[in-house]
Amino acid sequence: MERPGVAVTAGGPIAAARGLCACHVCQLVSRRVPEASVAHCPRCGARLHFRRPGSVQRCWALVIASYILYIPANVLIMMETGSLISYRRDTIVSGVVHLWKTGSWMIAVIVFIASVAIPLLKLFSLTLLLISVQRRSTWNPRQRTRLYRLVEAVGRWSMLDIYVVTLLAALVQLGSMATVKAGPAAVAFGAVVVLTMFATMEFDPRLIWDPLQKEEFHD
Amino acid sequence: MPDRTAQLIACHDCDLLQRDIQLNPGCYASCPRCGAVLYRNATDSVDRTLAYTLAAAMVFLGANVFPIFSIEVQGDRSAITLFEAVLSLWNQGMMTISLLVFLTAMVAPAVELLSITYLLLPLKLGKVPPSYPLFMRVLQFIEPWCMVEVLMLGVLVSLVKLTNNFRVIPGMALWSFAVLTLLLAAAAASFNARDVWSQLDAKWNDQVSP
Repeated sequence: MERPGVAVTAGGPIAAARGLCACHVCQLVSRRVPEASVAHCPRCGARLHFRRPGSVQRCWALVIASYILYIPANVLIMMETGSLISYRRDTIVSGVVHLWKTGSWMIAVIVFIASVAIPLLKLFSLTLLLISVQRRSTWNPRQRTRLYRLVEAVGRWSMLDIYVVTLLAALVQLGSMATVKAGPAAVAFGAVVVLTMFATMEFDPRLIWDPLQKEEFHD
Repeated sequence: MPDRTAQLIACHDCDLLQRDIQLNPGCYASCPRCGAVLYRNATDSVDRTLAYTLAAAMVFLGANVFPIFSIEVQGDRSAITLFEAVLSLWNQGMMTISLLVFLTAMVAPAVELLSITYLLLPLKLGKVPPSYPLFMRVLQFIEPWCMVEVLMLGVLVSLVKLTNNFRVIPGMALWSFAVLTLLLAAAAASFNARDVWSQLDAKWNDQVSP
C-alpha cells in the first residue's frame, strides 16, 4: 500500500558531511565552513552547530542527577492526608496501592503509569541511548530513534501527581475536618520531571545515525 | 557568513540531506531513513490554527476565572480556581512545586496562545509582526512545557480521589479545561512552522525591497 507521504531517495548524504547545517530553531539548511568559529542562521539568527555541542555530556549529567533524585522522590512522603477518623502518609507507591485497594483500580493504573513507569522508562531509555551513542553502535538506529521520539512524547505525563497533590492540598483545608498536605517527595519528584525533560531536549538524535556514515565532519 | 541553500532539507532526527518537493494538499513527507515527519502540506494551516487559537484563548480565560470544582462538608463549601490552588500551595511553603504548577499550567499555555496570535493574526492581515524570529523561538521553546492535557487528567484523578470522602460539585473550569485540551491539540496539529516561516519570510522580503 502506498503511503500518502513522499519518500525521497534513501542512502543519500548527510548534511553535516557536506558542510551543510540545519538550524535547530527554524530548520533552514545553510552552508557552514567547518573550521569557521561562529556561524548564525541567516533566517532566525540562532547559532549554527552541526551537532548540539556537549550533548552527550550534558545529557549524562541530567540523567545521573535524575537517578539520584528519583530515590527521595519514591522513598519520601508525597502526600499527607488527615481527617477525624484517619491519618495517612503516602509515598507515590503506597498511594497507588491505597487507590488499588479502595477500588479505584483505573486511577491506580493511571497514576502508576504516569508517576512510576514513565520516569523509569525515560531514565532507562536515555541511558541506553547515551551508551549506544558513546560506543558508536550501529545497532538498529531506526528503532532507537523511535525510542527517542517516544521518550520525548510521554515525558510530560509524569507531572500528573504534582497536579493532583496541588489540587487536593488546596481544596481540602477544612479546619479540623480534614487536611491534605504535599510532602517533601513532591519537590524531588518535580525536579525529576523537569530534569528528565531537559535531558531529553539535550540529547541529539542525529548522533544515533552518525556511526553509519563513512564521511567525516568536524564541528 | 553562511549562505542559504534553498530547497534542501536536513532531517531533524538523522541529518539525511533531501530535496524539498511540492506536496499535494493533506500529504506529508517523511524521512526515508529514520521515518521522521519532515513537513506537511496542510491546507489553510494559518487560518485554522488562528481560529483554534483564538477560541482556545477565550476558553483559557474561562478555565482560569471559574472554580475547577468545589466540595461540601456539613454545609461548608470550598471551591478553588487554578490560581487559588497555586497560591494556597505557595502559602503552605511548597514554593517550588507551586511555581512549577504555575509555569506549566498557566504561564506556558498563555505564552503559547499569545505567541501564535502575535505571529498569525498580522500574517492573516497581510502584515509582518516585528521581530517574528524571536517569537517563533519562544513558541518552540515553550511548547513542551505547556501541560494542559496532563492537568486535565490530574483534575479527573483528584475528582475520583475526592469522591471517596466528599460530595464533589464540578465547576465551570472543569468543562473549560476539557474543551481547552481539545482546542490546543487541534491548534498544535494544524500549526505548520515551515509554512509560517516561509510566509513570514516572503512578506518580510517584500517589505524590505518593494
